[in-house]
Amino acid sequence: MNELVIISGKGGTGKTSLVGSLAALAENKVMVDCDVDAADLHLIMDSKLLESHEFVGGKKAEIIQKRCTSCAVCLDYCRFDAISEKNEKFEIDSLSCEGCGICRHFCPEDAIDFKPVVCGHWFISDTNHGPLVHARLGIAQSNSGRLVSHLRKKAREIADKSGHEMIITDGPPGIGCPVIASITGSDYVIIVTEPSLSAFGDMQRVHELIQHFNISCGAIINKYDINSHMTEGIEAFAEENGITVLGKMPFDKEMVAAQVAGKSIIDFKNSGLSKSIMDIWKRLQADLKRVEAKKIDLKVL
Amino acid sequence: MIKISVASGKGGTGKTTIATNLAAALSKKGKDVVYLDCDVEEPNGRIFLKPLISNISRVSVLVPRIDLDKCTFCGECAETCEFNALAVLEDNVMVFDSLCHNCGGCYHICPENAIKEVPRDIGEIQSGSSNGLKFMEGQLTIGEAQAPPVTKQLKKDMPPAEITIIDAPPGTSCPVIEAVGDTDYLILVSEPTPFGLNDLKLAVGMARELKLPFGVVINRSDLGDDLTIDYCRKEDIEILLQIPFDHKIAKAYSEGRMASDISPIYRENLYELYENIAGRIKQ
Ligand code: SF4
Ligand code: SF4
Repeated sequence: MNELVIISGKGGTGKTSLVGSLAALAENKVMVDCDVDAADLHLIMDSKLLESHEFVGGKKAEIIQKRCTSCAVCLDYCRFDAISEKNEKFEIDSLSCEGCGICRHFCPEDAIDFKPVVCGHWFISDTNHGPLVHARLGIAQSNSGRLVSHLRKKAREIADKSGHEMIITDGPPGIGCPVIASITGSDYVIIVTEPSLSAFGDMQRVHELIQHFNISCGAIINKYDINSHMTEGIEAFAEENGITVLGKMPFDKEMVAAQVAGKSIIDFKNSGLSKSIMDIWKRLQADLKRVEAKKIDLKVL
Repeated sequence: MIKISVASGKGGTGKTTIATNLAAALSKKGKDVVYLDCDVEEPNGRIFLKPLISNISRVSVLVPRIDLDKCTFCGECAETCEFNALAVLEDNVMVFDSLCHNCGGCYHICPENAIKEVPRDIGEIQSGSSNGLKFMEGQLTIGEAQAPPVTKQLKKDMPPAEITIIDAPPGTSCPVIEAVGDTDYLILVSEPTPFGLNDLKLAVGMARELKLPFGVVINRSDLGDDLTIDYCRKEDIEILLQIPFDHKIAKAYSEGRMASDISPIYRENLYELYENIAGRIKQ
């Protein structure tokens, strides 16, 4: 089974539209949306919700007021400024609580409740292109990494059970904990970028992260014609760093039009854009084979 | 002293463009402004503001180190740790730094006093200035998982100023809360597409949860549909500004040039937007 993750570092590069389109072209796959902060893939996949589950990702502390003697011990231990005192009444701000439980350990009155909390929901949906696992992290919650790992586990279970050959993952923005949780142990990462200094800079950071985990990667340059000169720079960078450029896409209003119609670019209509994505898909398959062969070579050695 | 954060549920909507141009526009009008780049996973404000950096400081967190001579391998520390950052073996204790949330629990609980805490670098803060505008950004080291401590430190070190403009990371979870918490007003930048609207709704949910007053800037307002405007009207959300797509701006953006050099929207209209917000905050 091949686990493919598509990320971009920077948002707004067209990543999700591309994930939907690649998923439309791939046969026999499961999709996962690991952007648990702002999941959008389901909006273009004609998705029908099949299952919804609560996600319990960590604990939060709360003061049991009738036991509290206002001794202030907890205040000294909390490193996250989550505990405050007003007129001798102590309270824990659940947004700031990190869930470490140290206050509970040291409270002499046993006046702190420390319980698992629901920090989001995860779903399985049926789409026009196969099963999709996605989620919604609760607002202001902090367990995005754990939720991402959970989604990937569920997707692998579905893939194993029904003999799917590929998992296509829409990754979150940035380089922090949810991104790390999305790419560790995957087989191939695609970076979607565009020719701007910001997106290029983010691509370099994301690439360094991918190297950190020793994963093969390819790149797609969207809106390449906004700044052809910079596109050349990105291609040169890719070449130097062993990143396969899987293809380039022009700036095209069809991208937004497809989204407005609730469709992937492939399902929307035949256009120059959909053709460039089909080319990308072909090159991707060739590169996946190359990576696979390299892995086998390494094993033989 | 006014603190305004610029955020967006969805990335790539033009948040940094609004934040940098707003900060620059205010500074040009003689205001004392600090621009704070809290998008510590991908700080890009510097590309446009091109600040002269005068100070760099490291951000570190405390992680436990075990004195194996004192340790009796009782296992209490691992039991205390809610984040599985410790594993006690027969004759060793393993610490997984990247899982540690730096709570100090193990340090306080160890009955043998065998744990000390040492600082570990996870990022840095750079500060300087750009044409009279104070500039500050946080950067998470690549490979590190936790952005909030960098943001927290950044906000602690922030110099006092008449106006603070905070460029927040995308999303609605903990790194964003750390950035926009305790600010006076939140500008949500969106675009009128289904993804933009879906993510805007989440961002509005966040603003309401935090009880922060907010308004919306609709970028590339002519690409997409009318549903975002309908939504704002229905929810009684103020639309602060609408900015149509402009190829020239996209090109300038790609090269790291300020949009305000090209279009008056990013000077005059953003200044007006500020006055409108400031008037309301003072009420
Ligand atoms: S609590 Fe202290 S003595 Fe016990 S295993 Fe941990 S470090 Fe060793
Ligand atoms: S400081 Fe807290 S999070 Fe880190 S290892 Fe100790 S108990 Fe675990």
